[in-house]
Amino acid sequence: MNNTAVARARSFPLVLVTSSIAKKFVMALTGFVAFGYVVGHMIGNLQIFIGQNQINAYAKALHSMGPLLWLVRGFLIVCIVLHIWLGAQLRIENWVARPDGYARKKSLKTGLPARTMIWTGALIFAFVIYHILQFTVRSTDPRFEELFDTLGRHDVYSMVILGFQNIWISGFYIVAVGLLCFHLSHGIWSMFQSLGWNNKRSERWLQGFAWIFASVMFLGYISIPIAVLGGFLKLPGGVAL
Amino acid sequence: MKLTLHVWRQKSRDDKGRLEIIEANNVSTHMSFLEMLDVVNEDLIAKGIDPIHFDHDCREGICGMCSMVINGVAHGHQKGTTVCQLHMRYFNDGDHIFIEPWRAKAFPILKDLVVDRSALDRIMRAGGFISVRTGGAPDGNAIPIPKDDAEKSMDAAACIGCGACVAACPNASAMLFVAAKVSQFAYLPQGRVEREKRVSAMVAQMDAEGFGSCTNHYECEAVCPKEIPASMIAKMNREYCRALKKETCGESAKSWAGA
Ligand code: HEM
Ligand code: FES
Repeated sequence: MNNTAVARARSFPLVLVTSSIAKKFVMALTGFVAFGYVVGHMIGNLQIFIGQNQINAYAKALHSMGPLLWLVRGFLIVCIVLHIWLGAQLRIENWVARPDGYARKKSLKTGLPARTMIWTGALIFAFVIYHILQFTVRSTDPRFEELFDTLGRHDVYSMVILGFQNIWISGFYIVAVGLLCFHLSHGIWSMFQSLGWNNKRSERWLQGFAWIFASVMFLGYISIPIAVLGGFLKLPGGVAL
Repeated sequence: MKLTLHVWRQKSRDDKGRLEIIEANNVSTHMSFLEMLDVVNEDLIAKGIDPIHFDHDCREGICGMCSMVINGVAHGHQKGTTVCQLHMRYFNDGDHIFIEPWRAKAFPILKDLVVDRSALDRIMRAGGFISVRTGGAPDGNAIPIPKDDAEKSMDAAACIGCGACVAACPNASAMLFVAAKVSQFAYLPQGRVEREKRVSAMVAQMDAEGFGSCTNHYECEAVCPKEIPASMIAKMNREYCRALKKETCGESAKSWAGA
């Protein structure tokens, strides 16, 4: 910048992808959508503890939504793409803003979750791809296509149990969900700050809430592979593989 | 006491620069950090060595000129203190002290510990003011201002523009500075007239200067000598959201969209 140059404010909608703060708004909103999805998905998954009939009926109900299902999926994909795109862009800009580091630098307040958002994010993305291939496209295990319950529905219940009986798959899942919740322990309160919904008094509560919420989600998600590995969730009679 | 300083020495903007070890003998615990450097410099001058260049002016914690990262912390480890107000009694005999300049792409190093902070001035020039006709001083309390708002505005106005927030931020973001300068006006009726235009122009300038953006590490708040809270950035974000809304939906959108 020379001494006289003055930047011009950009107008809508260009501002959404050019202004640092507008980009943060989009990060927070798309993060919020992904967060909402992740909460809903956990509640959906936990129905496996009610029983085979419940979870299979739930899966069938979701799949019978037809075009609406694709509308929701499309919206989620757009949000995730924006979240990754802007997240990466902001990260790169922020690296460029500090070309030379310090010989000594102390961190006084920040923590590991905040400093690793881009890496936990990237790993979550890799996991999501695998997870979709495993349980939605069902291309990782040939047995999954052949599972039907007595009502002729796709047997999601047995599929999940078969999948998680493999200790490596369960372990990978637990680590991935751990990373997701790590991302969220910073993300949940960050989005409030980014959208301006924070002040000196709310701050402690939001940060506490973020940690508790992320921990509860971690426990909720990992309860399924742990129940499978521990033999609490068993294959129903008739599924012999 | 005796100290070993590891000081960043850089001849000019284009020089690569390096940490040099300088022994400081005869340091009194009553000295301020800058006085300690003065004594070291006299020694260097006597030896015919170029003294350590550093910024300073008021030496009473109000001008925001002094600027150095001491042992990895902007303005040193004493909370809510500028370097000029940091005293040597907080150090021990035999300490190794690392002294480095503010580091950010937007703050080019001019010499040793002196950096060019005019990027902050250009952000102010973009919108850090109110447009009024000057004239006789207005009567006190002619415009009633709620006590709460006056207090919040004063808290924001405590910013001395030293740039420690930028230096401490892992992203070299100036958002705490801009947030303070936006908020000091946004809380007052005089400042509300141009609030949308102001935040929009100042943020645009901040981005153009090559500062990073906030990812909520809160390192800025930890080093700010005036203890401006990072939640002030949420206030700026609210102001910015308002500006975006007005720009997209408001009638006056055209009159200032390109300001
Ligand atoms: C289900 C998946 C995800 C959820 C629920 C999620 C959630 C969030 C939330 C709530 C935020 C806070 C937004 C803010 O700072 O205002 C955030 C920030 C962020 N996310 Fe994600 N995210 C997910 C996936 C990803 C992926 C795949 C990436 C990229 C590779 C990513 C990268 C980032 C980055 C770089 C930030 C900004 C961090 C910061 O401001 O410090 N996230 N995420
Ligand atoms: S010299 Fe003025 S604030 Fe330190």
